[in-house]
Amino acid sequence: MSLTTFLQHCLTGISLGGAYALIAIGYTLVYGILRLINFAHGDIFMMAGYFMIFAMSSFPWFIAVPVVLLATVLLGIVIEKVAYRPLRTAPRMSAMISAIGVSYLLQNLATYLFTALPKGYPEIPFLKKIFRIGGLSASLVTFLTPVLTLIIVYVLMVLINKTKIGMAMRAVSRDYDTAALMGIKINHVITFTFAVGSLLAAVGSLLYFTDRMTVFPFSGSLPGLKCFVAAVFGGIGSIPGAVIGGFILGLGETALVAMGYSTFSDAFTFVLLIIILLIKPTGLFGEKITDKV
Amino acid sequence: MTTNKDNAAANVLHMQDITMQFGGVVAVNGLSLDVNEGEIVALIGPNGAGKTTAFNCVTGIYEPTYGQVGFMGETILSNTPKGKMQKTYLGDTSPHPIPVVRNTPDVITKKGIARTFQNIRLFGQLSVFDNVLIAKHMRARQNVFSATLRLNHQEEARMRGETMALLKEQKLDHLKDEIASSLPYGLQRRLEIARALATQPRLLLLDEPAAGMNPQETQELTDFINEIRDSYHLTVFMIEHHMDLVMQISDRIYVLDFGKLIAHGTPAEIQNNERVIEAYLGVSDDA
Amino acid sequence: MKKISSYKNKILTLLALLIFIGIIHFLEINKSQYSYQISILERSAIYAVVAVSMNLLTGFTGLFSLGQAGFMAIGAYVTAILTIPVDKRASVYYVNGISPAIADSNCPFWLALIIAGLAAAATAALIGIPVLRLKSDYLAIATLGFSEIIRAVIAAPQLDTITNGSYGLKSIPGFPNLYVTFGLCALCIFLMILLIHSSYGRAFKALREDETAAQAMGLNLFRYKELSFVISSFFTGVGGGLLAMFMRSIDSKTFSISLTYDILLIVVLGGIGSVTGSVLGSFLVTAGREWLRFFDNPLSIGGVEIPLFRSGFRMVIFSILLMAVVLFYRRGIMGSNEFTWDGLGRLIVSIPRRLADSIRRVTGKKRKEHRHNDNE
Repeated sequence: MSLTTFLQHCLTGISLGGAYALIAIGYTLVYGILRLINFAHGDIFMMAGYFMIFAMSSFPWFIAVPVVLLATVLLGIVIEKVAYRPLRTAPRMSAMISAIGVSYLLQNLATYLFTALPKGYPEIPFLKKIFRIGGLSASLVTFLTPVLTLIIVYVLMVLINKTKIGMAMRAVSRDYDTAALMGIKINHVITFTFAVGSLLAAVGSLLYFTDRMTVFPFSGSLPGLKCFVAAVFGGIGSIPGAVIGGFILGLGETALVAMGYSTFSDAFTFVLLIIILLIKPTGLFGEKITDKV
Repeated sequence: MTTNKDNAAANVLHMQDITMQFGGVVAVNGLSLDVNEGEIVALIGPNGAGKTTAFNCVTGIYEPTYGQVGFMGETILSNTPKGKMQKTYLGDTSPHPIPVVRNTPDVITKKGIARTFQNIRLFGQLSVFDNVLIAKHMRARQNVFSATLRLNHQEEARMRGETMALLKEQKLDHLKDEIASSLPYGLQRRLEIARALATQPRLLLLDEPAAGMNPQETQELTDFINEIRDSYHLTVFMIEHHMDLVMQISDRIYVLDFGKLIAHGTPAEIQNNERVIEAYLGVSDDA
Repeated sequence: MKKISSYKNKILTLLALLIFIGIIHFLEINKSQYSYQISILERSAIYAVVAVSMNLLTGFTGLFSLGQAGFMAIGAYVTAILTIPVDKRASVYYVNGISPAIADSNCPFWLALIIAGLAAAATAALIGIPVLRLKSDYLAIATLGFSEIIRAVIAAPQLDTITNGSYGLKSIPGFPNLYVTFGLCALCIFLMILLIHSSYGRAFKALREDETAAQAMGLNLFRYKELSFVISSFFTGVGGGLLAMFMRSIDSKTFSISLTYDILLIVVLGGIGSVTGSVLGSFLVTAGREWLRFFDNPLSIGGVEIPLFRSGFRMVIFSILLMAVVLFYRRGIMGSNEFTWDGLGRLIVSIPRRLADSIRRVTGKKRKEHRHNDNE
């Protein structure tokens, strides 16, 4: 394999990794606060894809994109309010089952509304323009994704560490009950967390589907699961961890496809999961919590 | 420090230099103690002194950072700092190389040590009868096939018979079908002790058995512990804060403070020990 | 008094069993006429086996595992490989040929099912070693992961000569008659019920209630978790084999995560911790899905086309119903109770009262009843 080809693959891998990272952050944020695996997150990502298809058929791209972002955020907030909030005092299994139920509902809703046939994802013309840098050629979106991801992550870290709401988020994820006692409006914090997560999923969906070119009702479930694994790998509850996990996942998958083992590219994710759960269950950047007897 | 009676009694529990370190905190520091057959020995001390941690080291929930636990002459737990811990070890006793012996809590229970917990741990959704019956499972001669296919009816009948007998002795038989979590607090404690007794132990560890009880209940418990010590031929080792119970019933008392043993002796000796009064008991009211 | 009531229970159960056998006999004779209904019942029965095995693990031992589809896949493929008639194999494996190791392996279906179960159980034993020490959320994801890995392995081109890769396996012989189908399902469920009510079943429940206390009672945590996992997976594997025989042809797509979710929703609907619930739930969900097909076709009342009724609507309704159960009837239909004749009797007797209450509530007459009660 020539250096150019290798670098080309690296670029693809980083680009895919960027999209994965954005989605993984959504998982890690929600898990950090609620200790809930939001199984529906991948399907929110899928719905964002469909929103884009419909928005682009009615509006020019600079209106469609904000519409999609808004719609996805609303979807995330509604799901939290209807399916997760009532179960906040219920055993963890119930909330997880509810998340699975929402995922199921979204997939069936999409199948009903948009049929199971893949729908073409609209093109934002300038994003698909091919650029050449050195010997590497790729569409703008491929170059843009990792850059955008890093910018977003930076903004997010500033938000979490330097703003009041960010501090509230950190407090709630550390100790839910005490945070409530300290007067933090838990519902607001949780709603905000879901909003941020869904926003990231929408951006990730834009970047992901622009390259993929088609959306179908189940196009969110596998990437969703993979991104959750990426979040676990990096340390669930840690944003840098989710980002690193996403990039490792993207690169690893691309490597496997490049080497001809594409059928194993999905299984690769899960092998990664098993390995990290065996060696360091709390993930690369996760914290160890000891149980008191 | 042992009374004359104990010179002839066999040693049941022996803890040697037990040190338990969590990260940078030494919860138990160089604890050595003995419990002999038929005794009731108490472990007292302020909250956070490391008493439950010490218990957990005996029953195998924690692996001690350093030290050994012997039961009926057999070493059941033994450890010495390894790897990173060798450098960060903060205990007072310097570790000698000793062979490592590990046992999970279930094995230790099978050897004859039973315990109750500071926060009652019953099988909440199961009946009173089932709570005790489960304790009989570990000694039954059966395997999953013989149990499923009901080839084990002799064992099953024996287990049920023993459970019923124990419940009758503990005056809990009229409640046998009640859901454990629906029982009032005092009865839940009684049930937890009954369940521990069902494992046919030689040594019974009680972690704050009188917690949350009023003086009358505490007195009943005091008589109860004496009674079961005699009728079940037990040795009792308990953690307790209710000093009337402790002083009335204990043969000997060990006092722990910040993980270290600060005093040891009979109730009379402990009550007059200045270090203990300072750390824990407060000015004596001739109690 | 107790002796009489248990005598009564035995008679009623025997009666129910006879009626049950009678129904199967009737269906067997009129097979062609009722083939649609029969296939729904068969699928329900098979899903019931898997649902009970999942409940054994999740409801009774408290281990939230989402790996059912993977174990079903193992069971299904082993059964298929061992039962597809030897002369048909060339045509099934027409693309890549068949591996000589399995070309002639053939055995009667009941033996194939047992081997299928053992294969699933062995896989579970291996997987259990690393996975069972994880906390509940991670256990769910890890088992889900293994399920997908199993599926990827089955579909891998490298194993084409054994699993036929993405072409799947067909020409799987079906059940000789209905007695076999329902008999096997009933046998599996019966064995699991025996286990749950045995000493080991109690040990599993102890594990679910409080692991630390269970350990203190002499139960080795890993050994019992592994035992529950292996036994549950055995029956899940057998369920997969039964499914293969029912569907006559399978491929790796049959055993996607959605299958696990289907079983999970059956268990939740019926009640986590209730065998009766899982069986009931299985029939309700499978039959309900078919009945809901009504929503999939355009409907017009009096010449007016009702909007919304088209293909896919049924699954949306279904999903909404399930969300309703999860949110409002969390304990499911049976909660954690089992079926008893007394319970059924009480339910039947209370129907007039429940109806009357609902009517009163609707017509606003409830207030009168309350005042009455206060005066008592």
